[in-house]
Amino acid sequence: MTVTEQSTDPAAREEIPSGVIWAIRDCWTEASRHLRALPRNPEVLAFSTIQPVMFVLLFAYVFGGAINVPGYDDYKQFLMPGIFAQTVLFGTSFTAVGLAEDLSKGIADRLRSLPMFGPAVLIGRTIYDTIRNLITFVVMLAVAFAIGFRFEGTLGEALAATLLLMSFAYAFTWVNAYLGVSVGSVEAANSASFIWIFPITFVSSAFVDPSSMPSWLEPIARNNPFTTATDAVRALYNGRPAGSDFWLVLAWSAGITLVFAFLASRKFTSSTR
Amino acid sequence: MAEGLSKRFGETEALVGVDFEIEKGKVLGLLGPNGAGKTTAVRILCTLLKPDSGRALIDGINVVAQPRRARARIGLTGQFAAVEERLTGFENLQHVGRLFHLPTSEARRRARELLERFDLVDSGDRVAKTYSGGMRRRLDIAMSLIGGPSVLFLDEPTTGLDPRSRVGMWDVIDELGRAGTTTLLTTQYLDEADRLADEIVVIDHGKVIARGTAEDLKRRVGGERVEVTLADPSDAGRVIELLAHRALGTGQAIPGTNVVTIPVEDLSGIVPAVVRDLDAGGVKVLDVGTRGATLDDVFFALTGRPAEDEDGDGDPQDGSGAEVPPTAAIYPAQAEARS
Repeated sequence: MTVTEQSTDPAAREEIPSGVIWAIRDCWTEASRHLRALPRNPEVLAFSTIQPVMFVLLFAYVFGGAINVPGYDDYKQFLMPGIFAQTVLFGTSFTAVGLAEDLSKGIADRLRSLPMFGPAVLIGRTIYDTIRNLITFVVMLAVAFAIGFRFEGTLGEALAATLLLMSFAYAFTWVNAYLGVSVGSVEAANSASFIWIFPITFVSSAFVDPSSMPSWLEPIARNNPFTTATDAVRALYNGRPAGSDFWLVLAWSAGITLVFAFLASRKFTSSTR
Repeated sequence: MAEGLSKRFGETEALVGVDFEIEKGKVLGLLGPNGAGKTTAVRILCTLLKPDSGRALIDGINVVAQPRRARARIGLTGQFAAVEERLTGFENLQHVGRLFHLPTSEARRRARELLERFDLVDSGDRVAKTYSGGMRRRLDIAMSLIGGPSVLFLDEPTTGLDPRSRVGMWDVIDELGRAGTTTLLTTQYLDEADRLADEIVVIDHGKVIARGTAEDLKRRVGGERVEVTLADPSDAGRVIELLAHRALGTGQAIPGTNVVTIPVEDLSGIVPAVVRDLDAGGVKVLDVGTRGATLDDVFFALTGRPAEDEDGDGDPQDGSGAEVPPTAAIYPAQAEARS
């Protein structure tokens, strides 16, 4: 069989422009697909905010009186940073669900057949989810302030803590991006992301001091990167030195981001499905 | 365009050396039942899947070697309307235009143009969630045209549409064909291929089993048909026997109905002759009629089963399965009743 459609047209169609600038533009185009939709679906923001607010109130008022933690007179000062960290991590499950939805609805196929930068679909989604996470965080912070939580340190330390939270969450957005493009359905993506987020956030220093746990569980909780992140964030919000934890959290975040961004992009752009 | 394409998924051979070519400005219909390999072929040509062997070319560009250049020349409308429900029709078009790296003003201009062309101007500013199935499909096709593709892929564009939207979609595709859009259309509906495609490639179990225009294919199985509707379907064998001397080839009993069709050369005087034959043979007949061959006949003649039958070898299992459960279910119930 011969090729009959060889472009003999002298005004052959110009090539699609590409390069780094276009790759970045594609990422933003994809992020804006989701961002544009955000104000139209206020329930998305409402549901991703109501649950953390409920957690803040429940833990502070229901368990607050019963739990004692060494080093903190007021449990709220101990608890809130833990809840912040847990909430932004829960927020990353939207990435898995959103990408699984794109895949199941055929939107991913359309995008993969376009002459765009393929991983932009994932990068755009992670940018969007991080922005949404930040909005949720601000609402939650307001509630925390309303019930008496305070920054004990400088504004710089509070900002550093927030940066840590967001970079840690960003890393886990990529773990969920990988899950989202790997599992077959939206429902599977939803459960697959919660299955590991639950133990990671609870077997940690987020709500209690790990030394109160059984001896077999304590080392797991202490070595959990989520504990490191919570400890660093908690220290900074309370104006205490975070020490090497600060850098350790950034290193964890960078490592997880790199590995999972690579895996997820390869999975998404490969032509094997 | 496609040359000896093969693809297997585990044990299943999805495509076995499939060849076809689309002439510029024409509509090629890729016709076959569910699971025949139509979508696999489309996915390979659209760079979504790598073939195990063979070549696929778009405008002379090898889709495996240069996927990005190939992607710049194709438009894909898949089996599900791939529209972003949370965005408006206009935004959906603009979004794809941007990803084609069109200048912003150009993307907007084309988006407006396409809304007009696909009769979506009034709903262009509504979010796609509110669209009907037919509107989504039209928007979906519009989105696949915004980059000005050399080849448009329409993978089962009317599957899941109600009959009215289906006819509307036919008009849309008809118009694309008249406008000279080179199109690969896959379908499992014979009437659809008959009506829309300039040329038809019939595939089954991953192999091309016939190709040509709808007319060519119909001619191949004999032009005319006598259709006998029986009072008792078990008479089918006798009818085929009784009419064998008039038939051009063998008659077929259409499974699941009480209709027998007999291909014949000449229709003149055939109906009274058939009635006489059957009357003499003592067969009770409800109706005798004639019609030209349809693509259904083509498919039946080529594969020995009707096109709608998705899975020819699934039936025996169903049959044996139906016998077992009742016995298994009845005994425990009786035992309980006695005790």
